[in-house]
Amino acid sequence: MSTQEELKQIILKVLPEVECVIGWGPGPDPLRASPCFMRAAPDVDSFVAGPLAAANTALFLPEYKGKKVALVVKGCDSRSVVQLISENLIKRDEVIIIGFPCAGVLDENKVAARLAPYGEAGEVGQVQFGASELKVSLAGQELSLPLADVLADKCGRCKYPGAVLSDHFVGDAPTAPPHQDDFKDLAELENMPLEERFRFWEKEMSRCIRCYACRNACPLCVCRDHCVASSREPRWLSQSDGVRDKLMFQVVHAVHLAGRCTGCGECQRACPVHIPVLLLKRALGRAVGQLFGHAAGLDANAAPPLLTFQMEENNIKEREW
Amino acid sequence: MSSVTGEKPASAAQELRLVGFLCNWCSYGGADTAGVGRFIQPTDLRIVRLPCSGRVNPLFIAKALLQGADGVLVSGCHPRDCHYAEGNFYARRRLEVFRHLLPTLGIDPRRFEYTWVSASEGQRWQHVVSRFTEQIHSLGPAPRLQDAPELDWLRAEAVA
Repeated sequence: MSTQEELKQIILKVLPEVECVIGWGPGPDPLRASPCFMRAAPDVDSFVAGPLAAANTALFLPEYKGKKVALVVKGCDSRSVVQLISENLIKRDEVIIIGFPCAGVLDENKVAARLAPYGEAGEVGQVQFGASELKVSLAGQELSLPLADVLADKCGRCKYPGAVLSDHFVGDAPTAPPHQDDFKDLAELENMPLEERFRFWEKEMSRCIRCYACRNACPLCVCRDHCVASSREPRWLSQSDGVRDKLMFQVVHAVHLAGRCTGCGECQRACPVHIPVLLLKRALGRAVGQLFGHAAGLDANAAPPLLTFQMEENNIKEREW
Repeated sequence: MSSVTGEKPASAAQELRLVGFLCNWCSYGGADTAGVGRFIQPTDLRIVRLPCSGRVNPLFIAKALLQGADGVLVSGCHPRDCHYAEGNFYARRRLEVFRHLLPTLGIDPRRFEYTWVSASEGQRWQHVVSRFTEQIHSLGPAPRLQDAPELDWLRAEAVA
């Protein structure tokens, strides 16, 4: 039985005890799956797991606080769940976590770029996955893309392809960490001179349309209606369309996620104008790792690094003056 | 105490815009002590008084830097000497983490410093503020964000 079929069996089994099971179902086109809320047995038929299941299912959990739900998670989604539990934003006994070994998810922008010479990615007909290739039919042609070229960047540095916390796990839990995160993307940016980096953000952020999709897609942005971005008093951000406010919001988002961001990359995936907003969060995540040896979303009982302190910090050097 | 300390203001030339966030109990008192002692200090720094360095939201610094400040200085009580016992311990972690974001943003991390000055350390305050002002003057005015420079031609046309 395939992983997907096994997952369906488990979903059917837990369905009676929960409000709904959050997973993935058919999306707007064959290359994309959407989050799907399964409430009854027939809903489970169209369940999809695998490379199309890019959305982070943990996003919806805080809304269900107080009700029991189950969700299917990739490794990265499970870290968001653990982080939410550690911050007491959801309760452990109110979620049933169903894990499976994830082999990576598609980056729809990479796929679209690869398919561009042949036609629109939205017009793809059949989609099939081989062991290391993606086969699609587009405009009467059968095309094959190597999976390695179209998987999301975060999958290439994923250390936890299986759920870090789960009640049910389908298939064999991956043993050795398959990848290491060398922060190559940050190094690329940081190889530019300072001024050039500043102009890089100026240019990137000038595209921003302030839709706040990055915020709404973030499983750890839980302030919702109380976001500082919409606060008039104090006025953190103005209503102007200038780069200053746009960049300021990204700094707000990054700082509010310092020590909390698990690097799921949903902010960047949600961005309609392809701004690499995850970089800022990764810079802070790297800093928290270096300074306090903490990685978010791995241990539900770990003290959040910015809500605690040591009288003598091991890795913080005081100014000489 | 003598008003002559041997140190000159960092620059008599162009003033830069420096913002200081000082805690009420130690550093603001220290700055006051320096003033009462008539120590000569550079005048670039504008001080915002806060109850505690733990009150400093890293976003204060981000906002100041993005709105055109050339440098930001945060100063509180020495560790273990916080009026509220542990405010500066939390501040130290937050500020240190925030510092690591600046290079990624393309802002020179030397434009932001945090330090500790107690209320009796007037001389130390003079030293800190002179050192910091000097440091920012050596960096020069901070680059400013421009709105959509690629649309400059359109703006020029609209004016014409």
